[in-house]
Amino acid sequence: MKQKFNVIKSTCIPIAIDNCNTDLIIPARYLASTTRDPKFFGDAFMHDLRFDGAGNPVKDFVMNKPEFSEPPREGVHEIIVGGQNWGSGSSREHAAWAISGYGVRVVISSSFADIHRNNLLNCFVLPVVVSQQFQQELFDTIAKNPEAVVTVDVPNQTVTNETTGHSEHFDINGYKKHCLMNALDDIDYLLTVQDKTVEYENNRKH
Amino acid sequence: MNTLFDKIWDSHVVQVIPDGPTQLYIDRLYAHEVTSPQAFDTLRDKGIKAFRPNQIFAMPDHNTPSDQQEVINDPIGRKQVETLKRNCEEFGIRHFAMGTKDNGIIHVVGPEKGLSLPGMTIVCGDSHTSTHGAVGALAMGIGTSEVAEVLASQCILQSKPKSMRINIEGTLQKGVTAKDVALYIMAKLTTSGATGYAVEYAGSTIRNMSMEGRLTLSNLSIEMGSRAGIIAPDETTFAYLKGREYAPKGADWDKAVAYWKTLKSGDDAVFDKEVDIDAADIKPRITYGTNPGAGIAIDGTIPTFDGLDDAAKAQLESQLKYMQFQPGQKLEGLPVDYCFLGACTNGRIEDFRAFASIVKGKKKAANVVAWLVPGSWLVRQQIIDEGIDKILEEAGFELRLPSCSSCLAMNPDKVPAGKLSISTSNRNFVGRQGPGARTVLASPLVVAASAITGRITDPRTMM
Ligand code: SF4
Repeated sequence: MKQKFNVIKSTCIPIAIDNCNTDLIIPARYLASTTRDPKFFGDAFMHDLRFDGAGNPVKDFVMNKPEFSEPPREGVHEIIVGGQNWGSGSSREHAAWAISGYGVRVVISSSFADIHRNNLLNCFVLPVVVSQQFQQELFDTIAKNPEAVVTVDVPNQTVTNETTGHSEHFDINGYKKHCLMNALDDIDYLLTVQDKTVEYENNRKH
Repeated sequence: MNTLFDKIWDSHVVQVIPDGPTQLYIDRLYAHEVTSPQAFDTLRDKGIKAFRPNQIFAMPDHNTPSDQQEVINDPIGRKQVETLKRNCEEFGIRHFAMGTKDNGIIHVVGPEKGLSLPGMTIVCGDSHTSTHGAVGALAMGIGTSEVAEVLASQCILQSKPKSMRINIEGTLQKGVTAKDVALYIMAKLTTSGATGYAVEYAGSTIRNMSMEGRLTLSNLSIEMGSRAGIIAPDETTFAYLKGREYAPKGADWDKAVAYWKTLKSGDDAVFDKEVDIDAADIKPRITYGTNPGAGIAIDGTIPTFDGLDDAAKAQLESQLKYMQFQPGQKLEGLPVDYCFLGACTNGRIEDFRAFASIVKGKKKAANVVAWLVPGSWLVRQQIIDEGIDKILEEAGFELRLPSCSSCLAMNPDKVPAGKLSISTSNRNFVGRQGPGARTVLASPLVVAASAITGRITDPRTMM
């Protein structure tokens, strides 16, 4: 969902799965859709870990534990702390739609698969890369206190574990930051520079 | 600097946005039915047309059934395929319809029709777009928002990745294919080992590799996190492309080849990372886990928990639990239920020749279900022209119709829960071939040998 980014202060859902691939984030059968309904994709988020074959919640999966099962709203569960190499596998943007459709605005991990990272940004979900140490500390903090709050300050590009007070800087280029803070997407930008594209085409050698 | 990747990238830069990504010009966009409908919707929402429709080619492949292509019985899959056709009509885009001789898996069709050419930038809303890098193109998977961007502007915004060269030297052993090379590299580098990089494959092993083998290798680049897997075009590339339907002809061909010959990394090229592989170290491979990097030599054993930290142990444990394997177990000789030859990884003519070379004069094991699915109608025709279909038939196999088929559970070719499948596809993820399905990835030779014995079998014993 296109919404402006500024400072997000929220509790988190810890999904400590390394190499959590896009097939896990959204199973292939949800790809056979032509809709853009956020609820459809949000309901499919982590579906096969959340629900068993009969559609009943899998009790010991983190998103079904009472302390983490509340759907995201302002200040609550707007942030996912994910395992390493988050979003590997397919290029399906459906994975990013699932995360955004569920209501999540930020995913924190020590590493992201490249295509998924781009997809998240294009879906107005901010991927925040932190050190492995910081990531582990977040998991530890949340394990002790599910209500622990994390602050993601987009203007200052910092992420803070409010429990320990530890803070890290994260990277995002100036262009994308501007887009996120103003809810602008790449396609709008590209349409404004079409004359440059035509000029490129006219000057091509090969 | 001065790498092959740099050369193609630099020649496609429209502009570098200050403190931002690069606006990169795209020569070729491919679209399939799964990742395009929402992109076309975006264009409709904004009331815009396709900017350069002639540079775009579309075809359904994921949902197409492999047993018959009169009708798609699943209403949702059918709707996606019909939506693609309608969108192509509305936006003036060439569409290779299901069941026609032009159709097939995009990553098989693009190169074999000469639509993917050296020096091009190629994108598709599909991670295995890396395949087309084998012809010397910069080919990358993108998301649906980016598909919309290319439809609307023929450009994408990208930050330049770092560069990695993987040098593979020496002669491959008997029974070792490009698939084994890729599975070996992945196990060495892990599935995120090349994240943030564009990979170039080089060395004598690559120079001696067929075009089909190169396409297999580039296809799997994404499985180690790299978006692109590029190979410098050479005489093998030119011979493969010459005369293909959309390849340049006559004087244009000569001009193109002269340019393509310049497309190689300079002697002074500097890569951010170099990896050296000795071809002699590679044996036929299989995977044991739920990511393609979790692999071993076919005669090897699954790793044990010895020396693993808690996180690594937990990961291995959960993978083995799903696969119903034990640490330290040897997989060779284990009964299999399903055999799949096909996908954009191994659905080309050479793969069918390799499969046939093993099964010729033998009989398929009665206990296995085998799906032999060509990557395109052209491949299927060639199989028939070469009489390979007869060899397969005599051995008890049936040749199916072009489709992604059992590579992912979006069409009727699903592996039932709990069943063990040995597959030439590229992903052994949880549920990839069907909910609960267990997948072992391997080369066409290994799958062929296993289809004959009904057990995971080293093809070298049959050669
Ligand atoms: S064959 Fe498999 S990996 Fe290739 S495009 Fe089809 S679904 Fe994707």
